[in-house]
Amino acid sequence: MSRFILAEHEEKLAELNRIIDEYKGKEGPLMPILTKAQELFGYLPYEVQAHIAEALDIPVSDIYGVATFYSQFSVKPKGKYKIGVCMGTACYVKGSQLILNELIKELGVQPGDTTEDGRFTLEATRCLGACGLAPVMMINEDVYGRLKPEDVKGILDKYRDK
Amino acid sequence: MDMIKVTIDGIQVEVPKGTTALEAARVAGINIPTLCYLKGINEIGACRMCLIEVKGARNLQAACVYPVEDGMVIYTNTPKVKSARKANLELILSNHDRSCLTCVRNQKCELQELSAQLGVTDIPYEGQRINYTIDESSPSIVRDPNKCILCRRCVSVCRNVQGIGAIGVVERGFKTVVEPVFDRKLDEVNCIYCGQCITACPVGALREKSDVERVWDAINDPDLHVVVQTAPAVRVALGEEFGMPIGTRVTGKMVAALRRLGFDKVFDTDFAADLTIMEEGTELLDRLNNGGTLPMITSCSPGWIKYCEHNYPEFIDNLSTCKSPHEMMGAVIKSYYAEKNNIDPASIYVVSIMPCTSKKFEAKRPELAAAGRPDVDAVLTTRELAGMIKAAGIDFNKLPDEAFDPVFGDSTGAGVIFGATGGVMEAALRTVYEIVTGKALEAVDIKAVRGIEGIKEFEVDLGSITIRTAVAHGTGNAKKLLELVKRGVKEYHFIEIMGCPGGCVTGGGQPIVPAKERMDKDIKSLRAAAIYDEDKNMPVRKSHENPSVKRLYEEFLGSPNSHLAHKLLHTHYTPRSKY
Repeated sequence: MSRFILAEHEEKLAELNRIIDEYKGKEGPLMPILTKAQELFGYLPYEVQAHIAEALDIPVSDIYGVATFYSQFSVKPKGKYKIGVCMGTACYVKGSQLILNELIKELGVQPGDTTEDGRFTLEATRCLGACGLAPVMMINEDVYGRLKPEDVKGILDKYRDK
Repeated sequence: MDMIKVTIDGIQVEVPKGTTALEAARVAGINIPTLCYLKGINEIGACRMCLIEVKGARNLQAACVYPVEDGMVIYTNTPKVKSARKANLELILSNHDRSCLTCVRNQKCELQELSAQLGVTDIPYEGQRINYTIDESSPSIVRDPNKCILCRRCVSVCRNVQGIGAIGVVERGFKTVVEPVFDRKLDEVNCIYCGQCITACPVGALREKSDVERVWDAINDPDLHVVVQTAPAVRVALGEEFGMPIGTRVTGKMVAALRRLGFDKVFDTDFAADLTIMEEGTELLDRLNNGGTLPMITSCSPGWIKYCEHNYPEFIDNLSTCKSPHEMMGAVIKSYYAEKNNIDPASIYVVSIMPCTSKKFEAKRPELAAAGRPDVDAVLTTRELAGMIKAAGIDFNKLPDEAFDPVFGDSTGAGVIFGATGGVMEAALRTVYEIVTGKALEAVDIKAVRGIEGIKEFEVDLGSITIRTAVAHGTGNAKKLLELVKRGVKEYHFIEIMGCPGGCVTGGGQPIVPAKERMDKDIKSLRAAAIYDEDKNMPVRKSHENPSVKRLYEEFLGSPNSHLAHKLLHTHYTPRSKY
């Protein structure tokens, strides 16, 4: 993975600085700033966290702690396609673990990680609210239900050449 | 102060308003067990070991963060309390690497003691364990997250006291771990290796990188001439490792022990502290007279130096170019001493016994090698020395008092006070005052720079000039002081900064005092008092009056800040990234 160079993202950096200025000095500035940063950059690279740390005069470990505590933040870049396998009760009972295992095998990454080509990010998620279709997974906005492990490869192929 | 009455286990006590149940219980003679609590540093009620029952309250409360109210009735010893504490402890133990026998903290572990106290006889919860890699990247500190109980004492001292945050709490739930950011190792972040995390740790999750085996090998090598030197702060703390009260001076026994361990010469870093004063005092006068960079800031503390390099590179020119005393000693041993005694410098092995973990890193700095080889070959902490003495079967408490070897064992009271915050300043002023004014300093004790206040200021009238000085200890206080200087709020000529709160007496390599004792004992002051006693008892108390230092200049160095002195005793610094 190539190094993230903050200076190459001039516009986003300006926007981030605007948000920092807005919240700096107020109580609890970190959550809104990190939320915005994640929105701008897609994830929270070290360089972005260090930039925020410097601006707020707090250790970068404070920011990293918050960024790794909340699942809404990611400290790693996300793939083009985000695969979420539902681990809610209904899906789990219907064998979503087998689906997840198949994805781990097919993609060669663990949940939370991204394939080296940056195409897929695999995630085990909470209930997606489609229990009637259990077991369910989502790839970006597409929903796939009543899955069997043998379906996985074919579905992935559709995104592999896109 | 408003006093209130509370009843704890049937005992009524009167305490000031705002007192916690934990403190109030101690007044009643009850020790509530604690684990994450470290007075003044970590008071967060996280570990739930100090649970108590409060009459009228629905749930059990954490005593360490529970302020008592007037008329409150508290029970600390009910079956409900006891079973809750024990269950919590058992859960902590379920994810703890219980290799106690081979742990550096065996018999000195707060978790171990608590297990015995609470009567844990088996581990009922055996579950999943995460296997963490042990971080041995730094030359000073080893992190073993497998032993970490997530009490956060290290994180608090690093972040809140030292103002650094080299380690933090990462992830959540079962995956929670204390480590540097982004899976980095300690040597890849802005850690200054002060070791305050080690002395805060209740267990063996943080320890110094041991150099004991290397030193044994050197001692046992017949071709090596092994010389040892001891920092001032070691002599007022080593006794604690052998059951003596905090603040006991054991200088003579320490020397005897070192001799019995097999060191060929036992020297005193205090000698080099006197030498430092000659060099640094001269440097200060030179800067004052010739428009040099001011304020000049002391450079004895390697933790402070690394902090400055990471966080305040703009102050690097303000740092005195003087090497720290033990490095000066190493350089002089491998030149003057080698020459005088006709020993090949290559066969001299210099060991420094230091109250400090950052000194291990300092000794490995490539620029600290005057003779083309490291000035100092190995650094051991006070704790490591105690371990060697125990391993050798030496009955420390029964040792006679012995004296350091001449001539690098000769020192003054000014040298010994380097061990406490304000000491370098006081020692420097004793000498600078007499050199500039030509008058004898009558009040040798400069009390204004002593004590544990975070930042101390003092002005000295030198006749031609009044110099303004400041002293800060702990990098958190250093930061406050430097920000004032940076903003132009304060102007000084001379600043002393020590990386550790309290200075070297409470350095990261010193004996670890359990949280329970730290509740009512002020280690900084107790050990510092011993340092000042040592000073008071010295026949000579000013560095420039040290006869052996004078002879070193006459026979070898010429004068302070001479060309040779610069080559051997001075150094330079490197800006480092904060991130």
